[in-house]
Amino acid sequence: MAAEGKSIDALSQFELTPVLGAVGNAVGFTQSTAHMLLAVGLVTALMLWGVSRRAIVPGRLQALAESSYEFVHELVVGQVGDQGRKYFPFVFSLFMFILFGNLLGMVPYGFTFTSHIAVTFGLAALVFVVVTVIALMIHGTHFFGYFFPEGAPKVLAPLIIPIEVISYLSRPVSLSVRLFANMVAGHVMLKVFATFVVMIGSAAGVLGILGATLPLAVNIALIGFELLVAFLQAYVFAILTSIYLHDAVHLH
Amino acid sequence: MSPRALKPWVLTATVALLALAPRLALAADTHPGEPVTGMPQLAFGHPEQGRYLIANIVWLFIIFGVLYYVMAQYALPAVGNVLEARRAHIEGDLEQAQAAKLRADAAMAEHQAGTARARAEAQASVANAAQQAQAEAASKAEALNARLNAQIAAAEERITASRDSAMGALRSVAADTAEALVTRLTGLADRAAVEQAVGAELAARGRA
Repeated sequence: MAAEGKSIDALSQFELTPVLGAVGNAVGFTQSTAHMLLAVGLVTALMLWGVSRRAIVPGRLQALAESSYEFVHELVVGQVGDQGRKYFPFVFSLFMFILFGNLLGMVPYGFTFTSHIAVTFGLAALVFVVVTVIALMIHGTHFFGYFFPEGAPKVLAPLIIPIEVISYLSRPVSLSVRLFANMVAGHVMLKVFATFVVMIGSAAGVLGILGATLPLAVNIALIGFELLVAFLQAYVFAILTSIYLHDAVHLH
Repeated sequence: MSPRALKPWVLTATVALLALAPRLALAADTHPGEPVTGMPQLAFGHPEQGRYLIANIVWLFIIFGVLYYVMAQYALPAVGNVLEARRAHIEGDLEQAQAAKLRADAAMAEHQAGTARARAEAQASVANAAQQAQAEAASKAEALNARLNAQIAAAEERITASRDSAMGALRSVAADTAEALVTRLTGLADRAAVEQAVGAELAARGRA
């Protein structure tokens, strides 16, 4: 399946295939769903099992669980302020879900559920709805003042209000496309260079094997880079969510 | 992670996963039906992929909801409790250390005050003894001086008396000698005139 008819097939890795047989097919339980469950299981295991010993001097697993907690907690409280504590579980769930989704994609034969725009847009839309509902609950109709900054000349209202509304509505789009595009691009690159390794390696004997080391070296570097991107994109998603929460709580 | 820390069960699990995963992946990799054109992520119109994509979104909200519930209800409070317990433990230790330090400081201050008091007492008694000794020495010296002065005065008196008597004898001896000399030279002598001349001569030399 590396090369079908001399063309590089970099996209079929993103196809959804049902698992768990006929039942899985009936409820649309695909490998993507299985990886989501695996991610949730791993996060839950880390956070519950990691601190189950409640050690004063933490071991490795407990230190990992605690530093994840403190990392996201600092992020949320740093951005939103003390009122942000309420939203910390939400941002933490988002961060860990996306981080583990991205990292599971780096495991051989694993699937990257964050490479699906449906998933990333689902999460971004959830963030959008949650943020808007929080803003409406805190500020009521004053929330709509967000679209027209105080002190701006009234004459510019027909210009400013549409711009502000469009920028507000485009948040879930940019948030979801950023994560989706990063993960797709990374995995397409990996697949393309992996296909080069196979194509060149099987093409021309010893010379081919020597030539194949070059895309292999590129792939090794790419994997390191993708691990960075996996973390970075989860961080970006979490910090943008925190910034939107800040706007919802403080209105600018 | 050092190789030593790789536990046997981790190794076994990894090997088993690596051995099984290709079979699972290949088993799942059979695509029945019509081929997917373009990006599978956007194939909402494809009969199977479209259905799976929609199902994927539903599953996403269910699974993410479960994650949020578990995190918010159980996991994060547990971690927060551990962190809080550690903070309280450290703060308690610090408070204890602070209290111990305060006690130590108080003991130190007491000790220093005691030392200062003892030193002051010692200095006072030393000064007292020195003053007493000085006064005693001064009174002794005064008594000695007085005695010596008295002795000196007595001696001077004696000397004056001796000189006076000696001076008195000088006049009569001088008069006698002068009279004898005058008698020898002239054959007669007027005792009164000789004594007058001797007195005048002695007075001229400052011995009268």
